[in-house]
Amino acid sequence: MAKELLVGNVAIAEAAIRAGVEAFFGYPITPQTELLEHMAGRMPELGRVFLQAESEVAAINMVYGAACAGARVMTSSSGPGISLMQEGLSYIAISEVPVVVVDVMRGGPGLGNIQPAQGDYNQVTKTAGHGDSRSIVLAPSSVQEAADLTGLAFDLAEKYRTIVIVAGDGMIGQMMEPAELPPMKSLPATRPDWAVTGAKGRLKNVITSVFLDAEVMEAINWRLKAKLDRIQAEEVRCELTLVDDAEILIVAFGSAARITKTAIREAREQGIRAGMLRPITLLPFPSTAIEELLDRVQTVLVVEMNTGQMVDDVRLAVQGRAPVHLYGRPGGSVPVPDEILDVIMSLRA
Amino acid sequence: MKQQWEERVVYQRPRALASVSTGYCPGCTHGLIHKLIAEAIDDLGIQETTIAVAPVGCALFLTDYLEVDGVMAAHGRAPAMATGIKRVEPDKVVFTYQGDGDLASIGMAEIVWAAARGENITVFFVNNAIYGMTGGQMAPTSLPGQITTSSPRGRDVETMGMPVRMAELLAGLPGAAYVVRRSVYDARTIKAARQAIRTAFRVQMEGVGFALVEFLSSCPTNWRLNPAQALEWIKEDMEPYYPLGDYKVSDIAKQLQ
Ligand SMILES: Cc1ncc(C[n+]2csc(CCOP(=O)(O)OP(=O)(O)O)c2C)c(N)n1
Repeated sequence: MAKELLVGNVAIAEAAIRAGVEAFFGYPITPQTELLEHMAGRMPELGRVFLQAESEVAAINMVYGAACAGARVMTSSSGPGISLMQEGLSYIAISEVPVVVVDVMRGGPGLGNIQPAQGDYNQVTKTAGHGDSRSIVLAPSSVQEAADLTGLAFDLAEKYRTIVIVAGDGMIGQMMEPAELPPMKSLPATRPDWAVTGAKGRLKNVITSVFLDAEVMEAINWRLKAKLDRIQAEEVRCELTLVDDAEILIVAFGSAARITKTAIREAREQGIRAGMLRPITLLPFPSTAIEELLDRVQTVLVVEMNTGQMVDDVRLAVQGRAPVHLYGRPGGSVPVPDEILDVIMSLRA
Repeated sequence: MKQQWEERVVYQRPRALASVSTGYCPGCTHGLIHKLIAEAIDDLGIQETTIAVAPVGCALFLTDYLEVDGVMAAHGRAPAMATGIKRVEPDKVVFTYQGDGDLASIGMAEIVWAAARGENITVFFVNNAIYGMTGGQMAPTSLPGQITTSSPRGRDVETMGMPVRMAELLAGLPGAAYVVRRSVYDARTIKAARQAIRTAFRVQMEGVGFALVEFLSSCPTNWRLNPAQALEWIKEDMEPYYPLGDYKVSDIAKQLQ
């Protein structure tokens, strides 16, 4: 397949369609809207389900319903809508039905603005709503990767029967880049055996989240935790750039990583041995990969488009073995490579 | 001469009703409404194609009590969840079962939009004028002056407004095909309720659109009445404000009654 020039949001939508998404439920919000709009056109054309819900609260619960019926299903939003989806995510998490959610992050808190930001890092990585569970979180840093990770998101969601969040930002969502889309997958011929599709020729299937007995609930929590441990062991993905001889290790994801890459090239031209680890999976977090680089690395710098969220996870991985600095630009401000270069220079001095 | 006895079954537990005892209080009519729904499922032959969406509220264990596939929704979100199921399984019979707190307060947006879209689902709305499960707080449907644990001096309509009449409200939406109010306080009302449940399912099965049956239901425990008094209270106190009747019956729905 040839490359085509694609807007990030459209690449995600079309990649989902080709991954066999059967139903999309969503609500308009910038900078995600092109994704929903693409779905509005394409899904009915293919005889699949598109529904503009009355709110993100409704959208995530429609997704929950469709997922319980065993359909491949997704929604997308941005920070304010992701907040509203937290309730549904919690119910989905305990129900262990596969769901894909796209968060095209924008400046916050509150209504904030529609510029690119990474302030939802904690919201998407630390918990799936109330209670005690987490989602897999994938962070693309190009349009191509946004498309690729969308396909992976469905695979992982179904493999682990879990929520997978594709966490992009306004820049990834809105920019245009050449990208190659995957071939069209066919839709699954049958529903999974756990799905609620009518109890024909079998005992009834029930999907619920109420377990009044604390011991039963505790066991479920531990089961979810065991699954998370398996995900942590098997699904970590990160990209390493010029780390082999790096003294300064920069950890950045998504758009921030893109910009940091340029800064690293400039730093190298000035003789500074800087390298970057870019988490592709924000959860599972590549803690071991960071730890393995610490023998040579003298300083760690975290660059993120918020006031410092991923930096907590980096500090946990580093465990005091090297100083960890933060360069953050919150609220929809996007750093330019020169600022990051300046920070790198100052750390070296 | 020996008498020959022939055994003839005149009544038995509906197949769609699980053989378990419910957790409902004595005199609560949730269980009776479950049974009427189970009978309708049997009679319409839809046990293998029905998917129940249980609410948060006293009926949250509905999926234990009915022998059909089912899910439990978050508080108020049953119509959204049912929408998700129905859209990907359009040939199945999907129904929600919701209390008044669930449907008329926290889930007001979801129920209004399910009706507005003409979502092809069936809704059973159990109005007991109180939050049963959480121990008797004021509901959107509590009557003026009704004493509850969160309106200890009685529902003050100056600050809380008048109770919401959901059947009337939803009937005003073009997407609604069948919206009726029934009760279950005596043989006559139970018979009418039984008929409405069937029609509400058939409206969905024929693809006609949104169908809702509201039931005026009892909550003796939280009303602080005995079961007989509670049935009397439905008739004497609730019914005048919530008249039983048909609020919307589309032309096609009429033929399905
Ligand atoms: C988001 C959320 N808020 C509050 C509750 C607590 N809660 C559980 S049931 C209920 C009220 C249920 O009342 P109703 O819908 O009238 O049903 P009933 O129990 O009377 O049958 C409330 C407030 C909850 N479970 N979830």
